[in-house]
This record gives sequence, C-alpha cells and structure tokens, in this order.
Amino acid sequence: MFLDINNLSVRIENKNILNSLNLKINKGEVHAIMGPNGSGKSTLANVLAGKEDYEILNGKVNFKDNDLLELNIEERAQEGMFLAFQYPVEIPGVNITPFLHSAINSKKKRMNEEEIDNLSFAKLLKSKANELGISIDMLKRSVNTGFSGGEKKRYEILQMSILNPDLAILDETDSGLDIDALKIVTDGVNRLKTEDNSFLIITHYQKLLDYIKPDYVHVMVNGSIVKSGGAEVAAEIEKDGFQKFQ
Amino acid sequence: MNSETLNALDTYSKNKYKYGFVTDIETDKPKKGLNEDIIKYISSKKNEPKWMLDWRLNSFAKWNKMKEPEWANLDFPKIDYQNIYYYSAPKNFEKKPKDLSEVDPKLIETYNKLGIPLEEQKVLAGVAVDVVFDSVSVATTYKGELEKLGIIFCSIGEAIQKHPDLVKKYLGSVIPPGDHSFSALNSAVFTDGSFVYIPEGVKCPMELSTYFRINAENTGQFERTLIIADKGSYVSYLEGCTAPKRDDNQLHAANVELIALEDAEIKYSTVQNWYPGDENGKGGIYNFVTKRGLCAGKNSKISWTQVETGSAITWKYPSCILKGDNSIGEFYSVAITNNFQQADTGTKMTHIGKNTKSKIISKGISLGKSQNTYRGEVSFLRKADKARNYTQCDSLLVGNQCGAHTVPYIDSKNNTAVIEHEASTSKINEDQLYYCRQRGLSHEEAVSLIVNGFCKQVLQELPMEFAVEAQKLVSISLEGSVG
Ligand SMILES: Nc1ncnc2c1ncn2[C@@H]1O[C@H](COP(=O)(O)OP(=O)(O)O)[C@@H](O)[C@H]1O
Ligand SMILES: [Mg+2]
Repeated sequence: MFLDINNLSVRIENKNILNSLNLKINKGEVHAIMGPNGSGKSTLANVLAGKEDYEILNGKVNFKDNDLLELNIEERAQEGMFLAFQYPVEIPGVNITPFLHSAINSKKKRMNEEEIDNLSFAKLLKSKANELGISIDMLKRSVNTGFSGGEKKRYEILQMSILNPDLAILDETDSGLDIDALKIVTDGVNRLKTEDNSFLIITHYQKLLDYIKPDYVHVMVNGSIVKSGGAEVAAEIEKDGFQKFQ
Repeated sequence: MNSETLNALDTYSKNKYKYGFVTDIETDKPKKGLNEDIIKYISSKKNEPKWMLDWRLNSFAKWNKMKEPEWANLDFPKIDYQNIYYYSAPKNFEKKPKDLSEVDPKLIETYNKLGIPLEEQKVLAGVAVDVVFDSVSVATTYKGELEKLGIIFCSIGEAIQKHPDLVKKYLGSVIPPGDHSFSALNSAVFTDGSFVYIPEGVKCPMELSTYFRINAENTGQFERTLIIADKGSYVSYLEGCTAPKRDDNQLHAANVELIALEDAEIKYSTVQNWYPGDENGKGGIYNFVTKRGLCAGKNSKISWTQVETGSAITWKYPSCILKGDNSIGEFYSVAITNNFQQADTGTKMTHIGKNTKSKIISKGISLGKSQNTYRGEVSFLRKADKARNYTQCDSLLVGNQCGAHTVPYIDSKNNTAVIEHEASTSKINEDQLYYCRQRGLSHEEAVSLIVNGFCKQVLQELPMEFAVEAQKLVSISLEGSVG
C-alpha cells in the first residue's frame, strides 16, 4: 500500500477535528476530497505533511513502508510528500532559486542520488517556469512575497513540478484562480502525472475535476469520510450540495 | 544568495567557531599593566617621533581622569586595566618584514587557515589586505599597484614614519582623545592598524582590507585606523577579525576615523567575528569600538555597513558627522547575538550642513539568552536646513529567553528637518519554517534561510566577495538555536 490512513483521530486545542478517518491511496491513483468549509480537509493535509500543532489521538498512517507519524516534516518531504498550500506564506528576502535548489538537493541526498549542480538546476527551473507561464522576473522575487493569490498558486505548482513528488496533496489550489490560470495549473498537474505517483486533491468545487480526472472522490464531513465513489459523486455534490451528507 | 552559499551553510553550520585555534609563536611582551612606562615602551618599539609619544602621554593623562561610559545596556564585570598586556608582537618584529620571506612561516600558515593567503601568487583577487597580528602589521598586499595611483595604504605605524604631516593633521581630528574613556585609552596605547589616503580625484580600483587577529593571551588589541579620502575620490574598505577561543575575556578597543573631503565617498564595511565566548557565556572578546566619520566637504558621503556576529560584548556606534552641505551618511547593520552575548550597537548621525541626508537600517537578531540593543541618535543642528533622516529598525527573536531593545533618540534644533522612523519586532515565523521544511529543508537550514532573508537589505550592501562570507557567518551564528 502506498498511503494508508487508518482510523486517524486528531485534536487541536481540545477540539476534535478528524474522527476515525480512513483512506487508502495506491500508486498511480488520483483521489479527490470534497467537503464543506471547516470539515477538516486542510487539517488532514497538514497532519500528513507533519505540522506539529496537532495532537494525534489515535490511528496509524503508512506511507511507502514508513510509519509516517514517526517522521518529521522535512523527512516526509524528502520521502516524496508535497503539499501545495491553501495559503502559501511569504518569505521576504529569500529567492526561489537557492531555496528550491537546496530543497531538491536535500531530497536527493536522502535518496542517495547525485546532487544537481547550479547550472542544470537553473535550466530546469527556467523550463518549468516557462511551461507554467511564470516570468523570469517572478523568479527573481522573494518567495511568494507580494504575489497575487493566483501567482502564489502557480508558484506552488512550479515547486511541485521541480520536486516531482510521489504523493502530491493540493489543498484548494483551484480557489482564487480564474479559468485561464486554472487551465495552466491543471495542465501542470496532468503533465506530472505518471503510473508511479499519486495525487490527493482537496477542493471545494467540482470545476477542478473537469480538468483533472479523479479515480476516486471522497466526501468529508465533520472530520470523517462519509462517502466514497467515482466521478459521479462529484456530480452529485454539484447538483445537491453537501447538505444531505451532514 | 546563491546555491553555493546554501551548500556552504550546511557544512558551516556543523562546525562551531572555527577560528578558535592558537598560533604557537614566541612573542615580545612587556609586563602587564597600564602606566607611562608601557606607553613609552610601545612608542619606542615603534620608533616613534616625540610628538607621537607626547600625544599618547597626553591621552593617557586624560584617561586617568575619566570613567567608562555607563549608558549602554550591558552587564559585565569591571575591567581590570592592570591585568592586561598592552603590547604583543612576534619576536624580532621591530621592523615590519620587507617581504614574505622574512615572515615566520607559522604566521603565513595562520592566515592561510583563516582564508587570507598572503603569498603573492595566491592573494585575493581585487582585494588589497593589511594583516594585523596582535599589536603589529604583518604584511600588506598589492602595495605597488596602489602606489602607482598615489594611494597610500600601509600600517599606521609606517604612516607615522613616512607621512607625519597627514597623520598629524588628521589623527584625533574626528575622535578627540578626550571624547570618552575608550578613545583616550586607545589614543594612549594603540599599537597598529591601517592608514589610507586616497588622493584627489582617484577612485580606488580595489577593495582595501584589514584583517585583525588577536592571538596572545590576556592581550588587549587597540588598533587605530585612519582613512582620508581627498576631494572627489572613492574608496571601499573592509575590516575582518577573529580571535582564538580562550576562557578569559579579552579587551578590544579600536578607534576608526574617516574623513571625506568635498565630493569624496568612503564605504566602510565590517564583518566582526571575534570569539563570542562559549555556550555558557565563558570567555569571549569585549569589543568597545569607536568609529566615526566626518563628511567634511560638500557632497561627500560616508557609508558604514557592519555584520556583527562575534564578541561577548559589543559596544559600538559607527557615526557620521555631516558637516558639508548635501553630505550623506549611511549605516547598515546586522547584529546577531546568541547564547550569553550582549550587543549594544547603533549609530549617531549629526546633521550640521544644509540638505544633509542620513539613512539607518538596523537588523537585530537575538537567540539563546542574549540581549541585543539598537541605540541610535539623530540630531539636527540649527543650520541643518532641510536635512532628512530615515531610520528602520527591525528585530527578530528566535526563542523566548532573549531580548531585543530599541532606543532611538532624536534631537532637532531645526524645524525644516524631516524624520521618518519605522520599527518592528517579530518572532521567527513558524509558518515560514513549516513551509521551508515541507519543501525538504532541515529546520536549521530553514532558520538560516529566513534570517538571511531578514538581513538581505544590509547584506546586499557588502562588497560581493564578502557578502557570501557574511551569509555563511550569519548561519554559523544561528547554530544551536533550534532544538
Ligand atoms: N490551529 C487551529 N486552532 C484551532 N482550531 C483550528 C485550527 N486549525 C483548524 N481549526 C479548526 O478545525 C476545523 C477544520 O479546519 P480546516 O481543516 O481548516 O477545514 P477545511 O480545510 O475543511 O475548511 C475548523 O473548525 C477550524 O476552525
Ligand atoms: Mg482548508
């Protein structure tokens, strides 16, 4: 099993957010999670990425034969987990090039692979940026600093493309994007998709799923998955909303 | 910052103060203690003319009547001036060696280890270096090339011998010996340091640099630097420093005077990395430094950039006296304190001339149990019409046992003055750390990246060759800050 979330319960500040959540993802699959605001989607993403504010009450998570909950944030990232944030944070004074370069090399180091040199990295970055319609000028700015919402989301996809993760979690990457930007972003995802990697796509709207075809759609309400199925579940939600699941 | 730096960060953050070694070399050292005899000894060792000795003795008389300034936010035991050596030089060093073949190989080796090669074929490209070991100047590179342009770059000892008129005219003209007790002390016992004179209209084509090293135990270092930029000239000068790890505190009390005449510009950068003491606060350098620049002529400019990471105690306020109309003073500072370090640093901008401008950018980073204070004074004298100051002070706290303090004074006697002041204090942002680590950077790398980003406005003012060095230094200073 690639990712196996088993009976996961999570609390923050005395409030139970995830309740006995189960989810299995195989290699090569695209899963979508839909759910109303506040249902715990971002919490799930953060718990998987290793953010330290949460209290794990119960459950196990397995990722690529690792006990995921035993790894720290950077170890999970280096193992191939990527989270495209719902609200990417600004880091003034830090340029994307050295930032991503050392990110990719720390991953390579863990995998005992040869590190990538300055020149090859610069080329890689430029070509990926080009694919995503990110200007050279934007590459010169500090990470996320002064970017519009849409620019930030594209920047997340750029980083994802460079780091080429085994499991990419996209947390509402579609929100705040106009149709053109949505197209660029989803093209980026589809280009990256292979038999060997998996995606967990968190979204609020069905729209995104017109562009990225999910194998499974799950409905999350109050911190649990209440329904799973194929693309037809998304259509159902589009029609009737989340009401009937609550 | 480039990725090479990042790789270097990784390596660097793993070794602590790597300049802490001691060079085992025989030295000439008179007895400990401060008195007229020791001053006469220093003066005669340096073969000084009588006027110089008299100047020293006068300064000593002033010092005798003075108390240490007490206004800084620093806490340290009383300095016992009688328990310090005031002179230490490698044996048989009365005369500066003519060339490297006369220099003890151990010294050359020391500087190689510090990354400052002195051999002709290896010297740093584009940087002329004067190296000072304890009380004496060891070597100066690129001398010939500079002489062709009429630039004088030598030790202050040599300048006293060869250019007495310039020294007499300018020494103490910006920092009078009686200014405060540390300037009086330095004026009495200064041993070596650098002298620079840039003739009218000459733009110095390379960085001039001095590298100070305290080696001997219980020895104070009192260097004196004097830089004069004649009309329309330009010079960029750099200062670096290190000292071995020792359990006792050592005193460093330097005086640096800059004079910029009409249309001249001096850029003075410091990367201060004196031994800071260990993680329990034992040992380290007491750094009491007076740096002052005089924008004497119209349209002149003096810019101070400092990266302060070392020393147990830093007491330092590089200042500008903006006398010439339209003159400009700048101060860019990064001060990082870790463990038990204490820094009280800032600047003083004195606006005298019309349309004078000053700019202050200060970035303080406190970690561990350290205390970091920015202290600044901006004053506008009566005739300083339409003068302006911009001040920005940002403090970053890493952890919750450290302190950051901002003490700005403003004194305006001219109501056309324009003053802008911005200040912020923040904790290192957990969301930024999370973001970096989610991309695969280690906690330590993430902190160093964010702090370097925080300092960027200042680091980018450094000459290229040293910006990279400074970034590494910033990272090393953060070592041990993350659990
Ligand atoms: N740091 C936090 N402290 C307290 N409550 C939180 C925190 N983060 C999330 N929550 C709460 O957890 C619930 C789920 O939030 P979230 O996972 O962001 O939902 P979603 O992404 O599905 O909109 C919400 O009620 C939210 O208020
Ligand atoms: Mg959310």
